[in-house]
Amino acid sequence: MSRVACPQGAALLRFDNLTLGYNRHPAVHHLQGEIAGGSLLAIVGPNGAGKSTLLKAIAGELRPLQGRIERYGLDRRQIAYLTQQATLDQTFPIVVHDFVAMGLWREIGAFLGLGSEHRRRVHAAIERVGLHGLERRPIGALSGGQLQRALFARVLLQDAPLVLLDEPYGAIDAASVRDLAALVRQWHDEGRTVIAVLHDLAHVRQEYPETLLLAREAVARGETTSVLSPANLQRARQLAEGHGDGTPAAVCRVDRDAA
Amino acid sequence: MSEFLSTWPPFSPFFEFAFMRRALAGCLALSLGATPIGVFLMLRRMSLAGDAMSHAILPGAAIGYLVAGLSLPAMTLGGLAAGLAVALLAGGVARNTVIREDTSLATFYLLSLSAGVLLISLRGSSVDLLHVLFGSVLALDDPALLLLGAFASLSIIALAIGLRLFVLEACDPSFLARISRLSPLAHYGFMVLLVLNLVAGFHALGTLMAVGIMILPAAAARLWVGNVGPLLLLASGIAIAGSLAGLLLSYHADLPAGPAIVLTLGATYLLSLAVGPLGPLASRWRSGWHFER
Repeated sequence: MSRVACPQGAALLRFDNLTLGYNRHPAVHHLQGEIAGGSLLAIVGPNGAGKSTLLKAIAGELRPLQGRIERYGLDRRQIAYLTQQATLDQTFPIVVHDFVAMGLWREIGAFLGLGSEHRRRVHAAIERVGLHGLERRPIGALSGGQLQRALFARVLLQDAPLVLLDEPYGAIDAASVRDLAALVRQWHDEGRTVIAVLHDLAHVRQEYPETLLLAREAVARGETTSVLSPANLQRARQLAEGHGDGTPAAVCRVDRDAA
Repeated sequence: MSEFLSTWPPFSPFFEFAFMRRALAGCLALSLGATPIGVFLMLRRMSLAGDAMSHAILPGAAIGYLVAGLSLPAMTLGGLAAGLAVALLAGGVARNTVIREDTSLATFYLLSLSAGVLLISLRGSSVDLLHVLFGSVLALDDPALLLLGAFASLSIIALAIGLRLFVLEACDPSFLARISRLSPLAHYGFMVLLVLNLVAGFHALGTLMAVGIMILPAAAARLWVGNVGPLLLLASGIAIAGSLAGLLLSYHADLPAGPAIVLTLGATYLLSLAVGPLGPLASRWRSGWHFER
């Protein structure tokens, strides 16, 4: 059933001297390295560090100013990308079932109907995120946490080998975070690559084995406990505030071997 | 039933006069073709853009008029060309410059409208201008009815085939762009359908009010239902009922038919605001009501 095809451990993404930005103003500089298939990677850093910019570029929605991103055998439409500021119109008259079913687009496209198996999977996804019984409720009548659950259900149905989450737990309660984090763990267990931009360092330490600390450049990358050291976090803050002293960070290679 | 209606005085004009039946048939075509497009205009928050586009077709229709007089094919082709040109230019500028889509559309429609009025004034009378601006729903001939029917059929078929595409493009355009290559088709395809229906509406109701039969039933229906499928059906139903009532009002009160239809639809919208379950008053009355979880 799953479309996860990337062999565990093989490189899924490669950054080659990657510089990203907007209107020729760089936001992230000279990233180098690989992300292996099956990784569960958190991207953390101060505001303005370029975390969302990097995610957008991985999703293929931002052309690099310099360098390139190699997506090994991965079409950008095989990437499930949950953005921080969705263009979703929450006043749109659509019910939870129909909204979540849009995640099946790769299978049914614009023109095929929903079969009974599709409907079963839609209901299973809705139940998996804890929205059972709300299938016929308009999305405009959902709370923030419920809407985020519906968005996760849509991602679930996309069955994508690479899942990008941009601050997925902003403004939702602890129970929703707990449930959705369990879903992220499930994706990881299924062999999917999950890359999430997060702010809650305690959550990252608890849930994510690997972390990339960004501050307009890669400050550190590797095992979460070593990356989130006081020294690295201090250096990230300095870099974000423009006080970098030019000395290399404790871990600054962005390839998996550096972990 | 038809025997009863034919003897019931309010409905007798439709049985007595062919022009009333033609007007009703034209409005029926618009209600089935143009009103669903109006629903999507509303859902895409482009209601005023639809109004702008209705003005944008004017210079094309005017050039058609200057070349061939009040010729249906010439004014239709001219209107289509001008509308599509403005839609493509406005969309292109919005996607490739810092000018946003609403401003971009406003600039081109203003250029287009002023050019159209200028062209008509060069060789037309005020009566001609009134025809273009306010239409002639009571003077629809066979070719005009066929045109309205053909455009309505095309719209219904296109909407039926591309419904999911249009829904997702209106609901979550970034998501559609991520998962499908059909995103530009959804946008420009919709604009083509919009122009087609505005040109059709322009023959019956004129450029100023063609958008009325699109937006007013859509807005009224939105105050009653919360899902897009029923919304499309209800909006068309309201458009049909409003057109019927507007034509009868126009006949019995001796009022111009186009404005009577649009005003009737406007009254339906105001009524929906007052009593529709999703309207502001109903929401206030039911402030204690809530979902079970």
